[in-house]
Amino acid sequence: MRTGILAKKIGMTRVFGQGGEHIPVTILLVDSCQVVGVRTQDKNGYTALQVGAGNPKLKNVNKPQRMAFAKDKVDAKQKVVEFRIDPSAMLDIGDVILADHFVAGQFVDVTGTTIGKGFAGAMKRHNFGGLRASHGVSVSHRSHGSTGNRQDPGKVFKNKKMAGHMGDVRVTQQNLTIVSTDTERGLIVVKGCIPGCEGSWVTIRDAVKKPRSAEAPFPASVKKIVSQTLNVADETVTQEKESSHEG
Amino acid sequence: MNILQKFEQEQLLKHSEGKVIPQFRAGDTLKVWVKVVEGTRERSQAYEGMCIARRNAGFNSSFTVRKLSYGEGVERVFPVYSPNITIEVVRRGDVRRAKLYYLRGRTGKAARIAEKNTWNKTGSAK
Repeated sequence: MRTGILAKKIGMTRVFGQGGEHIPVTILLVDSCQVVGVRTQDKNGYTALQVGAGNPKLKNVNKPQRMAFAKDKVDAKQKVVEFRIDPSAMLDIGDVILADHFVAGQFVDVTGTTIGKGFAGAMKRHNFGGLRASHGVSVSHRSHGSTGNRQDPGKVFKNKKMAGHMGDVRVTQQNLTIVSTDTERGLIVVKGCIPGCEGSWVTIRDAVKKPRSAEAPFPASVKKIVSQTLNVADETVTQEKESSHEG
Repeated sequence: MNILQKFEQEQLLKHSEGKVIPQFRAGDTLKVWVKVVEGTRERSQAYEGMCIARRNAGFNSSFTVRKLSYGEGVERVFPVYSPNITIEVVRRGDVRRAKLYYLRGRTGKAARIAEKNTWNKTGSAK
């Protein structure tokens, strides 16, 4: 299992395919997606990569996070996620994962958080039909109707579909096709729609229900950073100085 | 220009390259050559009718062509930048509206549109 990518949803548009057919696509931005930590079998009991992305303002990164980034000598990230991987697909800390980690035509699973709809009624939340517009119905045109029987069973069953909070849940869209990638600008173009609003973070992984694409680079398409200018280390050093000074 | 707009602009340039998209608007009679694939053979099929609406939205622009087919009104919506179509302006209409949806309820004499006087064969009128 290869690592996934942490990307930002940019929005939807269309492209025309080989035969001139219209393909609705979502554009995802891979912005400085970097390995910021590793989890190994020996040390942690499982194998995984911590991948971060985005360039935050340093004042918005809390101190423990900043120290963790500084310890591994990587830039601070806006968002960090963990991907379970096969030990053979291990990467080094600091490796930058590029958009061509996925190849056109391959299938991916994309996970995001759906747009929150707040407290929604049964019609919107569960596609109930509501009550009639006339024939004696008063005030309850959009209600859910009956929720059960009578004295037997004498209760409303668990998981009865009712009004309640809708959206803002983690959803994985499976088997989406990669239409194209652009390493230079870090764009991944995926066919179809993806959960979440524009600007939200999503994770892209190889589809679990399809065999891994043969053309896709293994263990990953990475760019090694040799000498990096850290925005974290200096800051933490000065912070430490200040705190020691106070103490 | 944000990333999405830039992406769409690139697509637009890519699909308008080496292709002449004539100026046209609602009221014009168009002949749209649509590529049709039959098995392995590819040919162009003409669809001729009046443009009753045009949606200008960059790469997502589209237009609606209405015609009468065996007495039945037919409307087709084409993307302007589709690689599958070639647009040909047959006649320029003189209309004062951007959307000619009122033609839907009319047939025959009532559905006529006068021809524009400044008709220019090169298609560069205006």
